[in-house]
Amino acid sequence: MRLELEKRSEHSTFYSIASPFIAIGLTLIFGAILFAVIGKDPAEALYIYFVSPLTSTWSLHELAVKSAPLILIGAGLSLCFLSSNWNIGAEGQFVMGAVFGSMMPIVFPDVQNTFVLPLMIIMGMAGGAAYAFIPAFLKTRFGTNEILTSLMLVYVAQLFLDWLVRGPWRNPEGFNFPESRTFHEYAILPEVLESGRAHYGAVFAVLAVIGLAVLLSKTLKGFEIQVAGQAPRAGRFGGFSAAKMTFFAFLLSGALAGLAGISEVSGAVQQLRPVVSPGYGFTAIIVAFLGRLNPIGVLFAGILLGISYLGGEEAQIVLGLSDKITRVFQGMLLFFVLACDTLILYRIRFVSTRTPALAMGEN
Amino acid sequence: MELAVAVIVTIVTAATPLLIAAIGELVVERSGVLNLGVEGMMVIGAVAAFAIAHNTGSPYLGIVGGMAAGAFLALLFGLLTLTLATNQVATGLALTLLGLGLSGAIGEPYVGLPGTKLQPIEIPLLADIPFFGPILFKQDIIVYASFALVAGVAWFLFRTRAGLTLRSVGDSQTSAHTLGISVIRIRYLAVLFGGACAGLAGAQLSLAYTPQWVENMTAGRGWIALALVVFASWRPLRVIAGAYLFGAVTIGQLHAQALGFGIPSQLLSSLPYLATIAVLVIISRDRRLTLVNTPASLGKPFVPDR
Repeated sequence: MRLELEKRSEHSTFYSIASPFIAIGLTLIFGAILFAVIGKDPAEALYIYFVSPLTSTWSLHELAVKSAPLILIGAGLSLCFLSSNWNIGAEGQFVMGAVFGSMMPIVFPDVQNTFVLPLMIIMGMAGGAAYAFIPAFLKTRFGTNEILTSLMLVYVAQLFLDWLVRGPWRNPEGFNFPESRTFHEYAILPEVLESGRAHYGAVFAVLAVIGLAVLLSKTLKGFEIQVAGQAPRAGRFGGFSAAKMTFFAFLLSGALAGLAGISEVSGAVQQLRPVVSPGYGFTAIIVAFLGRLNPIGVLFAGILLGISYLGGEEAQIVLGLSDKITRVFQGMLLFFVLACDTLILYRIRFVSTRTPALAMGEN
Repeated sequence: MELAVAVIVTIVTAATPLLIAAIGELVVERSGVLNLGVEGMMVIGAVAAFAIAHNTGSPYLGIVGGMAAGAFLALLFGLLTLTLATNQVATGLALTLLGLGLSGAIGEPYVGLPGTKLQPIEIPLLADIPFFGPILFKQDIIVYASFALVAGVAWFLFRTRAGLTLRSVGDSQTSAHTLGISVIRIRYLAVLFGGACAGLAGAQLSLAYTPQWVENMTAGRGWIALALVVFASWRPLRVIAGAYLFGAVTIGQLHAQALGFGIPSQLLSSLPYLATIAVLVIISRDRRLTLVNTPASLGKPFVPDR
């Protein structure tokens, strides 16, 4: 048996909707096998991972806190990836957004008025965008591969934050802990509802999704983004500038990652610490693909990945499972998503051959 | 003199994983496949090598395990990108995320355990040569393997028929297919080779460079290896220069941290990453250099028409 691909004459509409669900189903099946192998009851483990986070008010709030950055970053990245601009340094732009946005409450703690928070948010977005400008500039000016430069800058941003909170921005009254001073009340992103911790980051995420959905489907810029990704040559003939598109995609996704960063820091953490993100910037890559590079899809994908983070914490407490399992789940999910997307463009056929091919494992 | 030798020996140790991973990826890219999952294959190689060496007491079994683990992840990459014709960039990222996640989960029980250090093997007589002896002939087996790999790959790619076939697949997949060459099969072999190399590079990290397991211990080396392939403009011998340059930067900044100088350690730690960016910019400025050598089919999925 050998697996062969046969090109469909048209994109399969059915599979373009079904493929993420098939991928999720496959992830759950493989997850169940994984749990059985390590000696846990698969049903119980999957329930804890994917259902229990939805069962209490507290956990729903936590879910909003965790999903908001994933959706914000994922929405920006989906636009980037659609236009074939491979920004994979969102984690660094998130950190830089957090750093720039925190400048007001940390460097000028005595400035306490209602203008502080809006200023922080603007500075956070500017910080993320400025950091994303670097790979965009290097790509357009010198043709430098943006994947590698944007990724290298993640490490640099993390080290920069580490230096800040251990050095110049360390809390003077903090007993030498590597933390900044805690934010004053005017610098804290408020909670949306009385009932819990979910802050306005979740509102920003929903707004970003709506904004990008409109941008993509209703504006010329949206069309330009699609053309840049699918038919760059046609885009050039159409007078669309590839360089401008690169800047647009990077600056927008950087600004959204920066917004996610400052929202997380001023809403959930309320100070700077050496590490401010559990890998949101990388997980958001999975979110973008699971959401099929569509802002609305990203909204649901972000919630699902948020659930997996929370479920991972829960499983650690209840089952004594390592929280590292979450990352395995997330990685596996992206694998299946990409594999299932093949069904949109191709029909898969199994052809019998005498020599077993390497594709045997797929049966 | 003694000090210089000691420093150069550590530079070789720091450069070896970059050299091995980059030479593996170079072969993969020469076949027209862009595997961005080097970091993931490397880190899974590191944890597998550590775990097997710890449980069996044999670092050599660890090396084999690390290579097998890297090749296994590469096989997954092949299944997606070659058999299912998925986007290579996205799949490579997925491989890195999966590798980092898996290695964290597998490696958790091994955090903080003492490692099994790979011992150097002295080559009789040659090791006694002043200066060059200790640098070149008093190393562990992985360092020797790295020398052999570079020479072997350079010879294979440019002096053998099979190497020519591999390059033709990378430069023009449709022409190669028309000539009856099995593009997919050759790419599978290249991808598996790249995976085994990345696994070996990971094994070097957890058995020789710092014999222990720390989560994410590759710290971006897989990505730097990818950058080195561009830096070398897909020529094997140039990878040596790049890898040793980065080894020197890494070791140099470590010594600078030890000496202080009042420079923040974080700034020094970020030097290898900044150097990568700088090098990439310098190389990519010269379009002729990159365009001539870039495999023309790099990153393009291939679905044979039947």
